[in-house]
Amino acid sequence: MTVTVAEQLPATEDSFADRYAGATRDVYRRTLLDLARRDPLVFCVDTDTGGLETTFGTELPGRYINVGIAEANLMGVSAGLAATGLRPYAHTLSGFAAARACEQLKVDIAGNNLPVRVVVTHGGLSSGHYGPTHHAVDDLAILRTMPNLTIVVPADAAETEQAVLATADLPGPVLIRLGRAATPLVHDTVPEFVPGRAAQLRDGDDVTIVATGPHPVLMALRAHDELAALGISARVLNMHTIKPLDTAALLRAARETAGIVTVEDHLVIGGLGAAVCEVVTQDAPVRVRRIGVPDRFIDRVGDEHDLLVAAGVSTERIVAQGLALAEAQRNDRAPAERHQASRAGSSSRG
Amino acid sequence: MTSLEERARRVRERVLKMGTNPHGVHVGGSLSLAEILTVLYGEVLRVSPGQPDRPDRDWFVLSKGHASAALYAVLAEHGFLDPAELDTYAQAGSRLAGHPLRKLPGVEFPTGSLGHGLSLGLGVALAARRTGGTSRAFVVLGDGELQEGSVWEAAMSAGHEGLDNLVAIVDRNRLQITGGTEQCVSLEPLPDRWRSFGWAVTEVDGHDIDALRATFAAVPATPGRPTVVIANTVKGKGVRLFEDQKKSHAVQLTPRLHQRALASLNAGRTT
Repeated sequence: MTVTVAEQLPATEDSFADRYAGATRDVYRRTLLDLARRDPLVFCVDTDTGGLETTFGTELPGRYINVGIAEANLMGVSAGLAATGLRPYAHTLSGFAAARACEQLKVDIAGNNLPVRVVVTHGGLSSGHYGPTHHAVDDLAILRTMPNLTIVVPADAAETEQAVLATADLPGPVLIRLGRAATPLVHDTVPEFVPGRAAQLRDGDDVTIVATGPHPVLMALRAHDELAALGISARVLNMHTIKPLDTAALLRAARETAGIVTVEDHLVIGGLGAAVCEVVTQDAPVRVRRIGVPDRFIDRVGDEHDLLVAAGVSTERIVAQGLALAEAQRNDRAPAERHQASRAGSSSRG
Repeated sequence: MTSLEERARRVRERVLKMGTNPHGVHVGGSLSLAEILTVLYGEVLRVSPGQPDRPDRDWFVLSKGHASAALYAVLAEHGFLDPAELDTYAQAGSRLAGHPLRKLPGVEFPTGSLGHGLSLGLGVALAARRTGGTSRAFVVLGDGELQEGSVWEAAMSAGHEGLDNLVAIVDRNRLQITGGTEQCVSLEPLPDRWRSFGWAVTEVDGHDIDALRATFAAVPATPGRPTVVIANTVKGKGVRLFEDQKKSHAVQLTPRLHQRALASLNAGRTT
């Protein structure tokens, strides 16, 4: 029996967890189809990624285009479609969008400021045991250099849905970076998603943890709890939009807390940590500790979480760096406190 | 009404003039396109300078963007640009770059990095096909450009889709920077290669206006297939000292060279 996608959807009264169960890309496909049902300009352009042909392609074959395993062509064709007024959603893996088809994405899509939504999977180390050809830990560094391009990294399936809906009407190009396997839900209600505005998931005034991507955000939340148990109040920002970056939230964090720990499933070069440094060094210098993938290829075989931890991206390291930042600030203050203490002392002697 | 022959001559004259700027011009591959662009804009493309964004227009993509001077000359000939603006070519602050910029009237896509244009044309042609539109896409490619693998991604996809509202025109002047295309990385048997990708192939003398006219009037050459027009041309055509010379790829025309080139052009050599 053929079951339509709509029939597979849990009814709205079903629990939040049921509705957003599965991988971000599964929820994405459902969301795209919902969007396409409402907007006849929405087209789905595929590079034979698997999964779109049975959902979008089956229900809306006239608006489904599979260009085959040809990522450069994907970008050019999508630019052509968008130039005529259509709203193409172009699909490939993150590493292939950022590196293999980099120039077509830069010149033909970003260069023309065309409303193509490039939706990529296998971001970060989510391709796990597939190995370094499929890892995309340099994608944000490359993509961030493209003017006009909005870059979004949802933290879970619910945020993926909201990100797709919230970016649907943006006038320029958008890249949405998803993972591969299912990751735990970060949210327990449907989150508000405002492109370019960081979501403050936890309040705090000792240190700030800025994270992007499913595992980094989950780790940041766990680190918040562990730091709280140690008496450190950690603010947690989910930096779901890498570009344009929420500089206001970062500057507030720089001014109001002792320092910033950045966490990403990406190289420490050129990604979230680098972007944060670019902002704070200019207007509010503060200590930043970047937690990410070191500058080497990941040849280890493992699943996403295992690879991240092996690369040094872990709750434990966030906690350690948070403690170090709080400690460093105490040391900064120490001379002044000693000075104040000695003044108080001399005063009492006087 | 100016004849197409005279318009093509004027395009060459303007290309040569643009080449007098200190940066020079990609003269050889611009001169080889004079008749092709003149016929396309004069009789084939459904475009109008007054309505550059009309939804049912044909789309033109100069995938070999380094021949921008020829395009600018033709756009000036057809009212998209003020001919006086051609004197600003490559000058600081000009809209006329060595490769066409975005948002210049009549330019649909900026080009310059080779191997992009056919995918763009394919996207436009697909959009028309899937939405019931009547637009066609015409993409001019250099022959050396066909060494870019992305051209063949697009060619394979277009052949598969059977898009007969997509026309590729190959400026087959047989030269690239280091010499002959066949000496660099051979393209032949070029018609067979396109045919095997599902395209209808037409070969034409790219300097014969009547033949070009007839060829473009007959597209799609085969219904249900994209058409490639392999236009056999001469690099530097019309100026004897540039013809079929690899050194004519990019040239800065000194006043003396400019005068010699103009004299050669106006001596009326046609073969």
